[in-house]
Amino acid sequence: MSADLRNEERDPAPGRPLNSGAAAPVSVVACPDGPLLVRGDFVLVGADGEELPRTRRTVALCRCGASALKPYCDGSHKFTGFRSDV
Amino acid sequence: MKQPAPRGEASTLLLAVLTGTVDSPGDALSLLESAVGAAVTRTPDILHDDDLQLALFCLYELHYSGIEGAGDDWEWNLRLLGVRQRIEVAFEARVRDEVVLGELPDATGEAVCAELFRMTAGDSGPSMSRFVARTATDDQLREFLVHRSISQLREADPHTWAIPRLAGRAKAALVEIQADEYGNGLLARMHSSLFARTMRELGMDDTYGAYLDAAPAITLASNNLMSLFGLNRRLRGAIVGHLAAYEMTSSQPNRLYSRGFTRLGYGEAATGYFDEHVEADAVHEQIAGRDMAGGLVESDPHLLADVLFGAAAALAVDSIMTERIMAAWEDGRSSLLPSEAMAP
Repeated sequence: MSADLRNEERDPAPGRPLNSGAAAPVSVVACPDGPLLVRGDFVLVGADGEELPRTRRTVALCRCGASALKPYCDGSHKFTGFRSDV
Repeated sequence: MKQPAPRGEASTLLLAVLTGTVDSPGDALSLLESAVGAAVTRTPDILHDDDLQLALFCLYELHYSGIEGAGDDWEWNLRLLGVRQRIEVAFEARVRDEVVLGELPDATGEAVCAELFRMTAGDSGPSMSRFVARTATDDQLREFLVHRSISQLREADPHTWAIPRLAGRAKAALVEIQADEYGNGLLARMHSSLFARTMRELGMDDTYGAYLDAAPAITLASNNLMSLFGLNRRLRGAIVGHLAAYEMTSSQPNRLYSRGFTRLGYGEAATGYFDEHVEADAVHEQIAGRDMAGGLVESDPHLLADVLFGAAAALAVDSIMTERIMAAWEDGRSSLLPSEAMAP
């Protein structure tokens, strides 16, 4: 990997296609005072191991506890004054 | 799009030129130029000027779906572009008058994102979404869909103009949002398809532009603002800020809109569009604030003020539109123009 690439331009999984097909690497962005943004190839399952309904590639997972759409974010954190450390 | 009914001298002349119903196009273009020149000077408020907003909407439509009976060659006609610019200059000046920007934040992704969230949290106008959730009648739901149909039946298109004008992180973020808007390749999940389904559930015509004649100037102005920002590269910061503001003010209102349609007995086929936006825009607002708007400002710091202007302009114009609609409803009037399109 070239040392002059900026961090976001580095391929997190060299040799595997980025964000396409089964081998897309997973990244989780902790949005300040907001949800966890999850990209890549992942499976979201309930406690019973069954896959949860999902209609988009990139999802925002609730971390304030106030969403009416859990495990997904519905923007409620903006109205409850949720603050995150990261 | 089918030809709309003209609303004054400028739009009458424009539609006559476009559809070739004049003996001498050159003479008609000259008349159009002077009519538009006079109209932009004497209009009391271009945001509520039906004639000028419709003329501008039609000039922009040449770049989208075209207008029935208008030759495709008019799109890049230099004299029509000149007419468009006369209206755009007055329109942009009016919008800039309406917008007051506070002190600019640092030109970092985090600071831009935080400022956009701050601006969009401070929306103080009357709430159409709360009204729809609790009080709106069936007729008012239809009016609401008419206003929204002007943009939602081509949802995402005006912001797509920005894609080739961005690069790097901002471009990747915009494309990620737009791909979702267009259903990630699934026609049935394209947001414009979901909106068309809602209209059909209420027995309405889902043809693009079917209700244009019923849409008042301010509704056209809200749409024209997106085309102004999207079609002028110098305003690429503004179109990015506009999209960020839309994404950041969408999740909760759409939850309330969905509730209103459910309250009046409509099922998932009608509410699906709104339910989709609750979840989608909670994702999009994060991407839009941090990576798209923040990324653009980090790569091009002198666009900072334009990004915030675009967001503030979106909020200001739509707030005026909402006030107009709500004032009509509170008086027991229709918020639409009288039009055959609304005949039962």
